[in-house]
Amino acid sequence: MYKIVNKWIPKNSHILDLGCGDGSMLFELKKELNINGLGVDISEKNIQLSLSKGLNVIEQDIDQGLSNFGDQSFDLVLMSQSIQALKRPDLALSEIIRIGKECIVSIPNFANFKCRLQLFLTGKMPVSSALPHSWYSTPNLHLCSLKDFESLCENSNIKISEKKLIKASGESTFLSNFFPNLFAEIAVYKLEKKS
Amino acid sequence: MSELGIIEPEIFLFEDTFSLESGKRLDGFELIYETYGKLSDKKDNAVLICHALSGNHHAAGLSNENDKRPGWWNELIGPGKAFDTEKYFVVSLNNLGGCHGSTGPSSINPLTNEKFGKEFPLVTVKDWINSQNLLRSYLGIDRWLAVAGGSLGGMQALQWAIDYPDLVEKSIVIAAAPKLSAQNIAFNEVARQAIVNDPDFEKGTHHPKRGLGLARMLGHITYLSEEVMKEKFDRDLKKEKIEYGYDVEFEVESYLRYQADNFSDKFDAHTYLLMTKALDYFDPAKYFDGNLISSLEQTKSNFLIISFSSDWRFSPKRSKEIVNSLVAAKKPVSYVNIESFQGHDGFLFPDNRYVNTIKTFLNSDV
Repeated sequence: MYKIVNKWIPKNSHILDLGCGDGSMLFELKKELNINGLGVDISEKNIQLSLSKGLNVIEQDIDQGLSNFGDQSFDLVLMSQSIQALKRPDLALSEIIRIGKECIVSIPNFANFKCRLQLFLTGKMPVSSALPHSWYSTPNLHLCSLKDFESLCENSNIKISEKKLIKASGESTFLSNFFPNLFAEIAVYKLEKKS
Repeated sequence: MSELGIIEPEIFLFEDTFSLESGKRLDGFELIYETYGKLSDKKDNAVLICHALSGNHHAAGLSNENDKRPGWWNELIGPGKAFDTEKYFVVSLNNLGGCHGSTGPSSINPLTNEKFGKEFPLVTVKDWINSQNLLRSYLGIDRWLAVAGGSLGGMQALQWAIDYPDLVEKSIVIAAAPKLSAQNIAFNEVARQAIVNDPDFEKGTHHPKRGLGLARMLGHITYLSEEVMKEKFDRDLKKEKIEYGYDVEFEVESYLRYQADNFSDKFDAHTYLLMTKALDYFDPAKYFDGNLISSLEQTKSNFLIISFSSDWRFSPKRSKEIVNSLVAAKKPVSYVNIESFQGHDGFLFPDNRYVNTIKTFLNSDV
């Protein structure tokens, strides 16, 4: 994941990582690109792990809103595979675009062929390495396909300036590039407001 | 019990004229302080602890062999604790205007040979920071690794970062607020009225024990959450049944009266008045057209802001005002809201997450 996004991020950027997890991404970016990062997370454990990496992190529930962050106040807002776990991904997306001059959002692709096959053949909700939870305990409230996400961006006046399609392992293959909605497991988008 | 053993306080004497924010002056002063741990050869491990409204210099360890109660933050200061004395040189003082050994209303005025009493000038958080800075220099410390405190102590940590940005590496602001609300000031005013309306205060010769006790009772209620009061006392009775009278009947009444008695024997009424005023006046944005973001723009430290979920005196919302202003000023800040039922007093207890957060923040390279 880091290897994909680092090419899209200029050195010394001021970055907000929403749902920063254990802080690995910010830690790598800080080390390699000397970015000035701020993480946001709700998990006690993740906050502690981020602090122990020498990162700044704020305890905040993204679902409660992001109005405390000013318009275009960060060079970049990152959201790695968290948007599908929020109550209102559409509202979060417009907030991210408001706060960041640029944004990088990654999502798991629910229309990946493995998911389709599992649902078709077994009649059960898909479980995979990109989507490892059972239906009853998954934090992923709003799973979508790449097509779904892209049409949300289109309708929200958001421009997709970069896109990278990968497998859960992080590698990119011929099939995932040519038939993304079918073969990609995770999609990484670089977004900005349409001018 | 305390791993630090007996701690001998020391005195810093400042003999020059000291100008106060109010425009008044003090002809020198004394500050009583304690230190825990060792100052490193590079002098880069000093941590200043600032006390709250009724606190003092005795933050950890024991005062003497017979002392049964260690200092007020003993749970957080000591070997392996949040402020690890194996690593850090921790400095704790009694603020100017205090009544535990630093110059204040209960000290003797050399001009009259009597106690200063109400003649002692009001001092502010800014004055405290300036006097603490003189102590820093006297101790040979170039720069604090961290300045930390809870409640009014947290406000001092914030003021330090603003007034002396080059002298603070990390600021730990706990259970504080960027300034008092009208409700906060109202509680302080009732406390002050309780003191000044005590007939013994009017005479000036006696200690207004009853008024000070009432002030403490009121303050104490605001330090606790409804939940913790329910757990400690609920509606338990002191006697077997209700007696339809005005003597102590409920456990909570007995507790408050005990707190009042205990406190008013030890604390000076004028110091209490002065400390509540320092709280009311605290407003670092005052010199920046009331804009907190502008006041924080000159800070250079990395901030850790901590609040407690059940604190209603300085609620998590107040801490978030500081956090959001720091974010808006593009300053490095971390924030945690500790789940606690202790209310404002939560900052005195060694909750695991609370301790680990401070420890990790102090230890990390930022």
